[in-house]
Formats: sequence, C-alpha cells, structure tokens
Amino acid sequence: MAKKLPKVDVVIVGVGWGGGIIASELTRQGLNVVGLERGKERKTEDYFMVHDELRYAMRYEMMQDLSKETITFRSKNSVRALPMRSYGSFLLGTGLGGSGVHWNGQTFRFLPYDFEIRSKTVERYGEKKIPDGMTIQDWGITYDELEPYFDKFERMAGISGEENPLGGKRSQPYPTPPMKMTTSIKMFQEAAKKKNLHPFMLPSANLSQAYTNPDGVSRAACQYCGYCERFGCEYGAKADPVVTVIPIAQKTGKFEIRTHSHVRRILHNGNKATGVLYTDITTGEELEQPADIVVLTSYVFNNVRLLLMSKLGRPYDPATGKGVIGKNYAYQVIRGGAIGFFDDREFNLYAGAGALAMCLDDYNGDNFDHSDLNFIHGANISLSQLGLRPIANNKVPEGTPGWGKEFKAASIKYANRMLSVGAQGASLPFRHHFLDLDSTYKDVFGDPLIRITYDFEEQDRQQAAYCADKCGEIIKEMGPSSKIEINRKLGPYDITPYQSTHNTGGVIMGASPETSAVNNYLQMWEAENVFVVGASAFAHNSGYNPTGTVGALSYRAAEGVLKYRQSGGGSLV
Amino acid sequence: MAQTNNGNEQPVSRRNFLKNSGLVIGGLVVGGVAGSLLNRTPAPQQPGTTPAPMADFNQALMYFTPEQFKVVEAACERIFPEDENGPGAKVLGAAYFIDHQLAGDWGFNARDYMSDPFYPGEVTQGYQGRLKRREIFDIGIQEMNNYSNSTQQKRFYELAPEQQDTVLKAFESDEVKLTTISASAFFKMLRASTLEGVYSDPLYGGNKNMDGWRLRNYPGNQMSYAQVIEQDKFVKMAPLSLRDHQH
Repeated sequence: MAKKLPKVDVVIVGVGWGGGIIASELTRQGLNVVGLERGKERKTEDYFMVHDELRYAMRYEMMQDLSKETITFRSKNSVRALPMRSYGSFLLGTGLGGSGVHWNGQTFRFLPYDFEIRSKTVERYGEKKIPDGMTIQDWGITYDELEPYFDKFERMAGISGEENPLGGKRSQPYPTPPMKMTTSIKMFQEAAKKKNLHPFMLPSANLSQAYTNPDGVSRAACQYCGYCERFGCEYGAKADPVVTVIPIAQKTGKFEIRTHSHVRRILHNGNKATGVLYTDITTGEELEQPADIVVLTSYVFNNVRLLLMSKLGRPYDPATGKGVIGKNYAYQVIRGGAIGFFDDREFNLYAGAGALAMCLDDYNGDNFDHSDLNFIHGANISLSQLGLRPIANNKVPEGTPGWGKEFKAASIKYANRMLSVGAQGASLPFRHHFLDLDSTYKDVFGDPLIRITYDFEEQDRQQAAYCADKCGEIIKEMGPSSKIEINRKLGPYDITPYQSTHNTGGVIMGASPETSAVNNYLQMWEAENVFVVGASAFAHNSGYNPTGTVGALSYRAAEGVLKYRQSGGGSLV
Repeated sequence: MAQTNNGNEQPVSRRNFLKNSGLVIGGLVVGGVAGSLLNRTPAPQQPGTTPAPMADFNQALMYFTPEQFKVVEAACERIFPEDENGPGAKVLGAAYFIDHQLAGDWGFNARDYMSDPFYPGEVTQGYQGRLKRREIFDIGIQEMNNYSNSTQQKRFYELAPEQQDTVLKAFESDEVKLTTISASAFFKMLRASTLEGVYSDPLYGGNKNMDGWRLRNYPGNQMSYAQVIEQDKFVKMAPLSLRDHQH
C-alpha cells in the first residue's frame, strides 16, 4: 500500500523545460507545486569535465538508462516490435532539466502555416493534395494567438537572433543579437543571397552576449567551445531550465523538487485526477502524491505511456482512426543534405556552438509552390558550425574505403575541409503511425514499454530528395574545390543511426475532443484537471527544432492552469 | 633437490624457470604470458644518461588475455595504420583503450536493454542479440585467429599486413560466416572503437600524448574559441586534455 502524502495544489511529472516553466509561472502566483523528477539533480558545476566526447556523446552520460526503460519499435503492424536495446535514432533525456540541458539551443517558432496546416493546404491546393492516410489537422490555435507566448519564452531564455524574413510576424525583435559569424556561415550567406534566397542567423539559446532576463537571471555569453549537443553548458550560456526557470520557481519557496521519483500512474476518480503514484527509486518505496491539478511534462513517450497505463483518455485505434491517445506520432526527416569538400582551404571547424548556424525558410512550410510537387511542407535549410568533434566526425568522400591507409589520410585531410548544408524536414502524421503499449516488453518496474509504429512515407522521400537538391545548389554556389555529394535517398526508417531527438505527437492539441486529446491550453478534453505539456501536443512536426514551440505552449498551458484554478473548474475552451 | 645459493650457481634465470616448469617444449615457446616474458631483455642502466620516460601504468590489461590483445592491436593498426601523416592506432594505444572499455560498463552493456525475450529482428530494429560486447569481442577475436589459421596457417597477428587486411575485409563483408555473431557487426564495432581509441581524451588510455588529435589539428579541451570563431584563417593550437583541469 502506497504511503499517502499531504495534498498539494499542483503536481508536475518531469522537470525539464515544460515542468520548469509551469512551476515558475504557478509558484509566482502563489500555488504550491511539487515537481517529481525520476533522474538526479543537475547544476552547472557538474560540467567541469564536460569536454569529453567519449563520455557524453558516445556513451550517453546524460541520457536515460535503457537497461531500466526503453521503447519498442516496428515499421508496421505486421512486424514484431522489438526493444531499442542501445541508443541510435534519438536520445532520451533524464534528470533535472531533462533534454533541455543537453539540447543544441536552436530555437524556432513554427510557421503560421503549421498551426492551420489542413485548412491552408486545402485552401491553396484542394483536398486532393493531401494523400490517403495522411492525418494532418489544424492545431486549434493560430500563430497570432501563440505569438505572445513565443515572445515570453524567447525573453526568458535570451534568444540571440535576427528576424526571419519568411517567418511569422514578431511583436518585438529577439532580446539579444545574433551569434558571431564564421567563414563557412559567410560563404553560405553569400551563396544563398546570390540565389535570391532569404538567409538569416539561426535563433540561438547559446547567448551571443551577457544577458539578464525579465526574471532577473543573468547569464554569461557563449564561448563557442564546440560541446553543446549531448553536453551540459559549463558557463550557463546555453539556456536550460536549471539556469533559468527552475531557480525562479525555487526562490518563491513554493516549489518542491523531488528527484529520483519515478511516476508510474496518474490516479483518478472517473474523469478527475486525484494525484499520482510514484516510486522513490532510492528506497523502492511507493508514494501517493494527491493534488488538485496534475501536469504531465515528461518526454513525448512517457506522457503517452502514463496516460495509457493510467487508462486516462481514449486510446488511439489505427484500424478505425478513432481515439486520441497515441495518435499522430511524427518525427523529423533529417536525410537530404549536401556536402562540399574543399581541397584548398581549412576552416576552424573544431570551434562552434549548438545553435551557431545560418538558415533559410524558402523551402519550408508553404513558403514555395507545391502545385507540381508530390509532397507538402518542406524543410529549414541550414549550414551550422557546431564544432566537429573527432570521434564522431570522420566523413570521407564517397568511394574512399572506410578504414585503412586511404581512410586515415582522407579523414584527416577533410577534418577541417568539409562543409555541409542540411535540411531538417517536416514529418507529417499518417493514420498508421502511432504509439501504444507493448504487449511483451516491460520496464524495470514490470510496466509495459511504449511501442512506436512508424516508417518513412513517399511524402518524406519526395521531400528529402527535393530539399537535398536545394542544399546541393547552395553548396555548389559556395564553390568547393574538390567534390560535392548530394544525399537524395531516404531509405526505410532505421532506429540505429542517430537522426534527431524530435519525436512528437501522441497527446495532440486541437479544436475538437473527437480528433484531439487536449485543447489549446493543453488541458485534457476528458479530464479537466490534467494538463499534458510538451511536443506530445504537436499535431505534426514542422521543419524545425521543436523546443521554441514547446516553450510557447508551456507558457500557454501555465496560463491555462491558472485560469482553471481561478474559475474553479470546467473546460477552458 | 633443494637449491642452495652457494655463490657458484647463478640465480634462476627466466629461461631456466620456464624450461624447468615445462612451459618450454623442445625449445618452442608456447604463446601468451610465457612468450612475452621470455623475449624481454631488460634495458641496461647507463649511469649519467637521461632517465627513461615515466612508465605508462595505464598500459596494462584489464580484460583481454595477451593473446587477444595481440590480435586486437594488430587489427586496430590495420584500421588506422601508421603512415607519413603520423602514428597509427598501435602507438596511440587504441588496443589498450578497447581493453579498458570492455572491462567496464560498456563491455557489460550495463546501460543497454538486455531483457528477454530475444528475437531476430529486421536490420532497422538494431542489435537484438543476447551477447554482451565483451562476449562478442571474445568470439570475434577467436574467429579472426581461426579464419587466419584455416586460410594462412598463422594466427592473425603473425600475418603480413596485406594478409591481415584480407582477413578484415572477409569479416567486414560477412564473407566469414559465423553462427554466434555477425562478422560484419563485430568488424563495425572494432572499427568504431578503434576510432574512439585514437580520438578520445587520453584519460581513457588511447590517443597517447594527444597525438591522435594532433594528426588532424584538433585542439582537444579548450575553454573558449571566442577569439577564433570569426577568423578566416585556420588557427592551429596546441591541444589540451582534460588532465589540464586538475594539474
């Protein structure tokens, strides 16, 4: 029998960006909040020895321990789902700050088109443009409605950037100027301008200069050390929840964080949650935390998994297309880029930052005419300089052997002589892409793992090939002296090579309880005191990194929780 | 008969010890520990000369047998050979790196999901075997010697470099058919861990003296490139390792 703890106003499941933002906003208004985090505490001092590629990037120091919990995967229903035994395609965060600690800091706003994707696609191209089985739908909110929340997130995090000429309208400029430009970035800019494209510096959470945010949190500028993705920042220059929102919540004295607390069920009485059941993993003790409001802010997979295990909300059924929990799982189409080899010049490619890049949206969203194309949406195209660390970066021109004398010579030669232009493609949902509970494999507590059923579609292959050609045109203009490689081909989705930790969907937002799990405050249609926050709310994934939009939605949800609390109940929409 | 030290007898030499203990049969040395002891002649001490560099105490085996180590060291060197650009995997200590990695978490797949049931899957579902990395290495190394023996009548590390390449290619392409593990998957792991051994921070036992990083002008652990990032010219820097944080 679980030990019952005193009731609190709000309990938060997972303390990353979503949890940190919700906690800072609610405690500011006087609510008592408990944050349950399954991982350990984290702080900037932990990263004293962070420039360690083997430990952090290759051995996944900061990621979830897969021996305790993983996911299972199959390409389609007829295939047996098997566990992801080692990391590959995406990396699952854990610990205080979650994935918000080891992200790169690329902070976009999704396009106005994204939020009304179905209406706008039909309006411009007709219903027939949407292929059979593609389940795109409007998000139940517009870009203009979400704009103030984007702005709030950017000001809190101190995003460094300049206006996207093809993006949604902004109420104010970015709080800090763009990052410094490298030679490679200047070359990309020049090439893109020659082609009449619209390049802009990628909005970055790695601060371009020292910044004090509206909460009074001061952070130092980025040092371009080249250790961002998969690493924590030893300067606190990269915005993460631990150096921004969490201390603000803690300062109120109303936010209690309990680490090593693994939430296993949402407890509910019919359609009203009463709290959560969790295990203290240091003692094995089961505890019940009663609360008036439950906010799920764990990663996509655990938001879905917790709802399904707790039997809250209607599970999605791909056979009928009915039900909502687990619906519209989407990912990111990362293949489709181009590489240029420069025999005659060396670049300082060892230096960089996670969000140091220039990009363009000429081929993203519906910024270009798709009338004669066999796909919709597109990709943000960019040249980034993240810092090429030596274990993971040994690209050699095609035709060079993968080991031996020739490999060694070529990999050394091109270590600082290779630039690539990449496309981050949107991933649109299909009826047969979904999340549910695995019937065979269990986690360390004996609970079922989440199961992913997903593959790339013709839409993705067409988009990848198209964008690869565009990347090729830009790199060609940049004038590599040796060789250009264009990666047009997108194979089946393979869980082994790293692609992107941009998994989305499963608890999607929308205008109707028939087709979505949460309303535009991320309040569950079927359980009014449960809010489900994160990229799980995305009805599809855009051609961008998701965190900017997750941040905006988190502020929106925080406002929803407060409204709900003040109004004393009921649906907010 | 008990040995006495009456001044006429030499102390028991290593060779005599081995002979007497039956490890040397008809003058032919059995491999492994005995062989390595036998071939070692202590360097004469010459007073007045510069002292030898401090011993690298990290270069001792945590997991491999000496026989396994020889196979791995030879294979690493073919994957990343010494050439006019500089040292290869052997001098850089990649085989020691792999040995040390297999001795710990990574070798035991401690942070991987290793629960049953085990079913063969599609390639896109990733590794689905029950064997741990250290077991895969044990089998892979043994099979490299077996294959070398059956095709060339020699152990892998006794082959000429070109012959070693032929063996590695046979593993890489799955021309070697193994029942327990995939030859190509083992090769892939060997290749990947060789590069890790060449380029990880020297604290792990490879990338000796940061010479792996020097090959490609990688500056290692630097606190800031704020002064470098905007420069058009390539900036060459002497590398630093994580050790610099504490010494």
